[in-house]
Amino acid sequence: MKNFLSLVLVLALGAMIILSLQNNQYFPLYGEVDITERVSESYINRDVNGGTQAVEFGVANNLESGPANIVTAIVADYRSFDTLGEVTVLFVSSLGVALLLATGKQKRLDLHFHPNFMLRVGSRALFGIILMTGIFIIVHGHLTPGGGFPGGTMIASSILLLYLADDSFRAKVKSFKTLESIAGSLYVILGLVGLFAFDYFLVNFLDNGILGEIFSAGIVPIVYILIGLKVGSEISGIIDNFLTEEVA
Amino acid sequence: MLLYAAIILMMLGLYGILTQRNIIKIIISLNILEIGLNIFIISVGFVEGGVAPIFTSQNNLNSLVFVDPLPQALVLTAIVIGVGTTALGLALAKKIYAKYGTFDIDNMKGAE
Repeated sequence: MKNFLSLVLVLALGAMIILSLQNNQYFPLYGEVDITERVSESYINRDVNGGTQAVEFGVANNLESGPANIVTAIVADYRSFDTLGEVTVLFVSSLGVALLLATGKQKRLDLHFHPNFMLRVGSRALFGIILMTGIFIIVHGHLTPGGGFPGGTMIASSILLLYLADDSFRAKVKSFKTLESIAGSLYVILGLVGLFAFDYFLVNFLDNGILGEIFSAGIVPIVYILIGLKVGSEISGIIDNFLTEEVA
Repeated sequence: MLLYAAIILMMLGLYGILTQRNIIKIIISLNILEIGLNIFIISVGFVEGGVAPIFTSQNNLNSLVFVDPLPQALVLTAIVIGVGTTALGLALAKKIYAKYGTFDIDNMKGAE
Protein backbone atom coordinates (compact mmCIF):
# COMPACT_ATOMS: atom_id res chain seq x y z
CA MET A 1 0.00 0.00 0.00
CA LYS A 2 2.73 2.38 1.03
CA ASN A 3 4.70 1.55 -2.09
CA PHE A 4 1.65 2.11 -4.27
CA LEU A 5 1.01 5.52 -2.68
CA SER A 6 4.65 6.48 -3.24
CA LEU A 7 4.40 5.35 -6.86
CA VAL A 8 1.28 7.47 -7.42
CA LEU A 9 2.91 10.46 -5.73
CA VAL A 10 6.11 10.14 -7.75
CA LEU A 11 4.24 9.68 -11.05
CA ALA A 12 2.04 12.69 -10.31
CA LEU A 13 5.06 14.82 -9.46
CA GLY A 14 6.92 13.71 -12.60
CA ALA A 15 3.88 14.44 -14.78
CA MET A 16 3.52 17.85 -13.12
CA ILE A 17 7.14 18.75 -13.86
CA ILE A 18 6.92 17.62 -17.49
CA LEU A 19 3.59 19.37 -18.08
CA SER A 20 4.77 22.60 -16.51
CA LEU A 21 7.90 22.60 -18.69
CA GLN A 22 6.04 21.97 -21.94
CA ASN A 23 4.71 25.00 -23.80
CA ASN A 24 6.39 27.23 -21.24
CA GLN A 25 7.65 30.37 -22.92
CA TYR A 26 10.29 30.93 -20.25
CA PHE A 27 11.72 27.43 -20.59
CA PRO A 28 13.46 26.87 -23.95
CA LEU A 29 13.30 23.54 -25.76
CA TYR A 30 16.24 21.18 -25.39
CA GLY A 31 19.18 22.34 -27.51
CA GLU A 32 17.43 25.48 -28.75
CA VAL A 33 18.83 27.80 -26.12
CA ASP A 34 19.75 31.29 -27.24
CA ILE A 35 22.81 31.97 -25.17
CA THR A 36 22.99 35.63 -26.18
CA GLU A 37 19.90 36.32 -24.06
CA ARG A 38 21.53 34.89 -20.97
CA VAL A 39 23.97 36.24 -18.42
CA SER A 40 26.48 33.59 -19.57
CA GLU A 41 27.15 35.65 -22.68
CA SER A 42 28.89 38.22 -20.48
CA TYR A 43 30.98 35.50 -18.86
CA ILE A 44 32.08 34.28 -22.30
CA ASN A 45 32.83 37.75 -23.67
CA ARG A 46 34.37 38.87 -20.38
CA ASP A 47 32.32 42.07 -20.21
CA VAL A 48 30.58 41.67 -16.84
CA ASN A 49 32.27 44.80 -15.50
CA GLY A 50 32.32 46.48 -18.90
CA GLY A 51 35.41 44.92 -20.45
CA THR A 52 35.63 45.78 -24.14
CA GLN A 53 38.61 43.74 -25.36
CA ALA A 54 38.02 40.94 -27.88
CA VAL A 55 38.54 37.50 -26.37
CA GLU A 56 41.07 35.79 -28.59
CA PHE A 57 43.12 32.76 -27.57
CA GLY A 58 46.85 33.44 -27.31
CA VAL A 59 46.43 37.13 -28.15
CA ALA A 60 44.10 38.84 -25.68
CA ASN A 61 46.18 40.40 -22.91
CA ASN A 62 44.97 41.20 -19.40
CA LEU A 63 41.28 40.55 -19.88
CA GLU A 64 38.72 41.19 -17.17
CA SER A 65 39.04 37.54 -16.20
CA GLY A 66 42.01 35.45 -17.31
CA PRO A 67 41.16 31.72 -17.48
CA ALA A 68 40.69 30.17 -20.93
CA ASN A 69 38.31 27.67 -19.32
CA ILE A 70 35.07 29.64 -18.96
CA VAL A 71 33.70 27.37 -16.23
CA THR A 72 36.85 28.08 -14.21
CA ALA A 73 36.41 31.78 -14.86
CA ILE A 74 32.96 31.52 -13.26
CA VAL A 75 33.85 29.17 -10.42
CA ALA A 76 37.19 30.62 -9.30
CA ASP A 77 36.96 34.23 -10.41
CA TYR A 78 33.48 35.70 -10.88
CA ARG A 79 31.89 33.49 -8.23
CA SER A 80 34.91 32.84 -6.06
CA PHE A 81 33.01 33.77 -2.92
CA ASP A 82 30.47 31.08 -3.77
CA THR A 83 33.32 28.58 -4.08
CA LEU A 84 34.66 29.61 -0.67
CA GLY A 85 31.24 28.69 0.75
CA GLU A 86 31.33 25.38 -1.14
CA VAL A 87 34.75 24.55 0.30
CA THR A 88 33.37 25.40 3.73
CA VAL A 89 30.48 22.95 3.22
CA LEU A 90 32.95 20.21 2.33
CA PHE A 91 35.06 21.12 5.36
CA VAL A 92 32.04 20.95 7.69
CA SER A 93 30.99 17.57 6.30
CA SER A 94 34.50 16.14 6.72
CA LEU A 95 34.47 17.57 10.26
CA GLY A 96 31.15 15.80 10.87
CA VAL A 97 32.51 12.49 9.57
CA ALA A 98 35.57 12.84 11.82
CA LEU A 99 33.33 13.71 14.78
CA LEU A 100 31.18 10.60 14.20
CA LEU A 101 33.86 8.05 13.32
CA ALA A 102 37.21 9.20 14.67
CA THR A 103 36.49 8.85 18.38
CA GLY A 104 39.40 7.89 20.55
CA LYS A 105 42.55 6.17 19.37
CA GLN A 106 42.21 4.67 15.91
CA LYS A 107 43.67 1.55 14.37
CA ARG A 108 43.47 0.21 10.84
CA LEU A 109 40.35 -1.77 9.94
CA ASP A 110 41.32 -5.40 9.34
CA LEU A 111 40.36 -6.35 5.79
CA HIS A 112 41.64 -9.94 6.22
CA PHE A 113 43.94 -10.18 3.26
CA HIS A 114 47.67 -10.01 2.84
CA PRO A 115 49.03 -8.32 -0.29
CA ASN A 116 51.77 -10.13 -2.16
CA PHE A 117 54.90 -8.48 -3.49
CA MET A 118 53.47 -7.61 -6.92
CA LEU A 119 50.40 -5.89 -5.51
CA ARG A 120 52.48 -3.85 -3.07
CA VAL A 121 54.99 -2.65 -5.65
CA GLY A 122 52.38 -2.18 -8.41
CA SER A 123 50.09 -0.11 -6.23
CA ARG A 124 53.04 2.10 -5.20
CA ALA A 125 53.95 2.67 -8.88
CA LEU A 126 50.33 3.41 -9.82
CA PHE A 127 50.07 5.74 -6.83
CA GLY A 128 52.70 8.02 -8.33
CA ILE A 129 51.03 8.11 -11.74
CA ILE A 130 47.58 8.88 -10.34
CA LEU A 131 49.03 11.53 -8.02
CA MET A 132 50.87 13.23 -10.90
CA THR A 133 47.72 13.18 -13.06
CA GLY A 134 45.79 14.79 -10.22
CA ILE A 135 48.42 17.50 -9.80
CA PHE A 136 48.45 18.11 -13.58
CA ILE A 137 44.67 18.53 -13.57
CA ILE A 138 44.87 20.99 -10.67
CA VAL A 139 47.66 23.07 -12.17
CA HIS A 140 45.98 23.26 -15.59
CA GLY A 141 42.55 24.01 -14.11
CA HIS A 142 42.37 27.40 -15.83
CA LEU A 143 43.21 26.01 -19.29
CA THR A 144 41.73 22.53 -19.62
CA PRO A 145 38.72 20.70 -18.17
CA GLY A 146 39.21 19.96 -14.51
CA GLY A 147 40.55 22.03 -11.67
CA GLY A 148 40.82 21.91 -7.92
CA PHE A 149 37.83 19.69 -7.15
CA PRO A 150 38.37 16.84 -9.65
CA GLY A 151 42.15 16.99 -9.19
CA GLY A 152 41.84 16.92 -5.41
CA THR A 153 39.49 13.95 -5.64
CA MET A 154 42.01 12.19 -7.87
CA ILE A 155 44.76 12.74 -5.26
CA ALA A 156 42.42 11.28 -2.65
CA SER A 157 41.74 8.29 -4.92
CA SER A 158 45.47 7.59 -5.09
CA ILE A 159 45.52 7.52 -1.29
CA LEU A 160 42.49 5.19 -1.38
CA LEU A 161 44.45 2.86 -3.68
CA LEU A 162 47.23 2.61 -1.08
CA TYR A 163 44.68 1.91 1.65
CA LEU A 164 42.98 -0.84 -0.35
CA ALA A 165 46.16 -2.48 -1.62
CA ASP A 166 47.91 -2.74 1.73
CA ASP A 167 46.23 -4.08 4.83
CA SER A 168 48.51 -2.28 7.27
CA PHE A 169 48.94 1.05 5.46
CA ARG A 170 47.95 4.15 7.38
CA ALA A 171 48.46 7.65 6.00
CA LYS A 172 49.79 10.42 8.22
CA VAL A 173 46.42 11.90 9.12
CA LYS A 174 47.92 14.68 11.22
CA SER A 175 49.78 16.14 8.23
CA PHE A 176 46.56 15.96 6.17
CA LYS A 177 44.79 18.03 8.80
CA THR A 178 47.64 20.54 8.85
CA LEU A 179 47.69 20.79 5.04
CA GLU A 180 43.93 21.24 4.95
CA SER A 181 43.96 24.01 7.56
CA ILE A 182 46.84 25.83 5.87
CA ALA A 183 45.21 25.67 2.42
CA GLY A 184 41.83 26.81 3.76
CA SER A 185 43.35 29.68 5.74
CA LEU A 186 45.45 30.81 2.77
CA TYR A 187 42.32 30.97 0.61
CA VAL A 188 40.65 33.29 3.12
CA ILE A 189 43.87 35.31 3.57
CA LEU A 190 44.09 35.72 -0.22
CA GLY A 191 40.56 37.10 -0.14
CA LEU A 192 41.36 39.43 2.76
CA VAL A 193 44.44 40.75 0.95
CA GLY A 194 42.12 41.67 -1.90
CA LEU A 195 39.71 43.31 0.53
CA PHE A 196 42.25 45.46 2.39
CA ALA A 197 44.95 46.17 -0.19
CA PHE A 198 42.70 46.38 -3.27
CA ASP A 199 39.00 46.74 -4.04
CA TYR A 200 36.91 43.91 -2.63
CA PHE A 201 37.01 40.40 -1.17
CA LEU A 202 38.78 37.85 -3.42
CA VAL A 203 39.53 40.41 -6.12
CA ASN A 204 41.89 39.12 -8.81
CA PHE A 205 44.73 41.51 -7.99
CA LEU A 206 47.48 39.93 -10.10
CA ASP A 207 48.08 40.52 -13.78
CA ASN A 208 45.80 38.36 -15.93
CA GLY A 209 48.39 37.74 -18.62
CA ILE A 210 47.77 36.36 -22.09
CA LEU A 211 44.71 34.14 -22.48
CA GLY A 212 45.74 30.49 -22.73
CA GLU A 213 49.22 30.59 -21.20
CA ILE A 214 50.10 28.51 -18.18
CA PHE A 215 51.20 31.55 -16.14
CA SER A 216 48.07 33.60 -16.63
CA ALA A 217 44.73 34.36 -15.01
CA GLY A 218 46.17 36.07 -11.93
CA ILE A 219 45.19 34.44 -8.65
CA VAL A 220 42.92 31.81 -10.24
CA PRO A 221 45.59 29.05 -10.50
CA ILE A 222 46.73 29.84 -6.95
CA VAL A 223 43.15 29.56 -5.69
CA TYR A 224 42.67 26.30 -7.58
CA ILE A 225 45.90 24.82 -6.21
CA LEU A 226 44.77 25.72 -2.68
CA ILE A 227 41.33 24.21 -3.34
CA GLY A 228 42.96 21.07 -4.79
CA LEU A 229 45.18 20.62 -1.74
CA LYS A 230 42.26 21.24 0.59
CA VAL A 231 39.84 18.89 -1.19
CA GLY A 232 42.49 16.19 -1.58
CA SER A 233 43.47 16.22 2.08
CA GLU A 234 39.84 16.46 3.22
CA ILE A 235 38.66 13.47 1.20
CA SER A 236 41.79 11.51 2.17
CA GLY A 237 40.87 12.24 5.79
CA ILE A 238 37.33 10.97 5.17
CA ILE A 239 38.73 7.80 3.58
CA ASP A 240 41.00 7.30 6.60
CA ASN A 241 38.04 7.76 8.95
CA PHE A 242 36.05 5.09 7.12
CA LEU A 243 38.90 2.58 6.98
CA THR A 244 39.91 2.77 10.65
CA GLU A 245 38.19 1.65 13.81
CA GLU A 246 38.48 2.47 17.45
CA VAL A 247 41.00 0.50 19.49
CA ALA A 248 38.93 -1.71 21.75
CA MET B 1 15.01 13.66 -24.68
CA LEU B 2 17.79 14.05 -22.12
CA LEU B 3 15.39 16.20 -20.15
CA TYR B 4 12.94 13.32 -19.71
CA ALA B 5 15.73 10.91 -18.81
CA ALA B 6 16.81 13.35 -16.10
CA ILE B 7 13.25 13.67 -14.77
CA ILE B 8 12.85 9.86 -14.77
CA LEU B 9 16.10 9.53 -12.79
CA MET B 10 14.92 12.15 -10.31
CA MET B 11 11.57 10.41 -9.80
CA LEU B 12 13.30 7.04 -9.49
CA GLY B 13 15.48 8.44 -6.73
CA LEU B 14 12.51 9.99 -4.94
CA TYR B 15 10.61 6.69 -5.15
CA GLY B 16 13.62 4.91 -3.67
CA ILE B 17 13.83 7.37 -0.77
CA LEU B 18 10.12 6.93 -0.03
CA THR B 19 9.96 3.14 -0.21
CA GLN B 20 13.36 1.70 0.75
CA ARG B 21 13.92 0.41 4.27
CA ASN B 22 17.70 -0.02 4.10
CA ILE B 23 19.75 3.05 5.03
CA ILE B 24 22.44 2.35 2.43
CA LYS B 25 19.76 2.03 -0.26
CA ILE B 26 18.22 5.32 0.86
CA ILE B 27 21.60 7.03 0.48
CA ILE B 28 22.02 5.48 -2.98
CA SER B 29 18.54 6.73 -3.92
CA LEU B 30 19.53 10.20 -2.77
CA ASN B 31 22.55 9.99 -5.06
CA ILE B 32 20.40 8.89 -8.01
CA LEU B 33 18.12 11.87 -7.38
CA GLU B 34 21.17 14.15 -7.32
CA ILE B 35 22.50 12.75 -10.59
CA GLY B 36 19.12 13.27 -12.23
CA LEU B 37 19.01 16.84 -10.98
CA ASN B 38 22.55 17.53 -12.20
CA ILE B 39 21.76 16.14 -15.67
CA PHE B 40 18.62 18.29 -15.72
CA ILE B 41 20.55 21.48 -14.91
CA ILE B 42 23.26 20.66 -17.48
CA SER B 43 20.63 19.95 -20.15
CA VAL B 44 19.12 23.40 -19.61
CA GLY B 45 22.36 24.92 -20.87
CA PHE B 46 22.82 22.71 -23.93
CA VAL B 47 23.03 24.46 -27.30
CA GLU B 48 22.65 22.45 -30.51
CA GLY B 49 26.08 22.29 -32.17
CA GLY B 50 27.77 24.05 -29.27
CA VAL B 51 31.29 23.20 -28.12
CA ALA B 52 32.64 22.86 -24.59
CA PRO B 53 33.05 26.30 -22.99
CA ILE B 54 36.84 26.43 -23.17
CA PHE B 55 38.93 28.72 -25.37
CA THR B 56 41.60 26.72 -27.18
CA SER B 57 43.71 27.40 -30.24
CA GLN B 58 41.04 25.61 -32.32
CA ASN B 59 37.98 27.00 -30.54
CA ASN B 60 38.74 30.65 -30.98
CA LEU B 61 36.63 33.78 -31.28
CA ASN B 62 33.34 34.29 -33.18
CA SER B 63 31.52 31.90 -35.53
CA LEU B 64 31.62 29.41 -32.67
CA VAL B 65 28.81 28.67 -30.26
CA PHE B 66 29.65 27.57 -26.74
CA VAL B 67 27.22 25.67 -24.54
CA ASP B 68 26.07 27.62 -21.51
CA PRO B 69 28.92 27.51 -18.93
CA LEU B 70 26.87 28.77 -15.98
CA PRO B 71 24.83 25.57 -15.34
CA GLN B 72 28.08 23.59 -15.50
CA ALA B 73 29.64 25.81 -12.84
CA LEU B 74 26.56 25.41 -10.65
CA VAL B 75 26.59 21.62 -11.10
CA LEU B 76 30.28 21.55 -10.08
CA THR B 77 29.17 23.06 -6.76
CA ALA B 78 26.27 20.61 -6.48
CA ILE B 79 28.51 17.58 -7.08
CA VAL B 80 30.93 18.61 -4.33
CA ILE B 81 28.12 19.19 -1.85
CA GLY B 82 26.62 15.83 -2.89
CA VAL B 83 29.91 14.14 -2.01
CA GLY B 84 29.87 15.87 1.38
CA THR B 85 26.32 14.82 2.24
CA THR B 86 26.94 11.26 1.04
CA ALA B 87 30.04 10.94 3.22
CA LEU B 88 28.17 12.30 6.23
CA GLY B 89 25.21 9.98 5.57
CA LEU B 90 27.46 6.93 5.27
CA ALA B 91 29.24 7.88 8.49
CA LEU B 92 25.85 8.05 10.25
CA ALA B 93 24.90 4.68 8.71
CA LYS B 94 28.13 3.14 10.02
CA LYS B 95 27.40 4.52 13.50
CA ILE B 96 23.81 3.21 13.38
CA TYR B 97 25.01 -0.24 12.33
CA ALA B 98 27.49 -0.28 15.20
CA LYS B 99 24.68 0.48 17.66
CA TYR B 100 21.75 -1.58 16.35
CA GLY B 101 23.47 -4.25 14.27
CA THR B 102 21.18 -3.65 11.30
CA PHE B 103 20.70 -1.24 8.40
CA ASP B 104 16.92 -1.82 8.33
CA ILE B 105 15.04 1.14 9.80
CA ASP B 106 12.07 -1.07 10.73
CA ASN B 107 14.14 -3.34 12.95
CA MET B 108 15.67 -0.53 14.98
CA LYS B 109 12.64 0.50 16.97
CA GLY B 110 12.81 -1.59 20.13
CA ALA B 111 16.52 -2.26 20.15
CA GLU B 112 18.48 -1.12 23.14
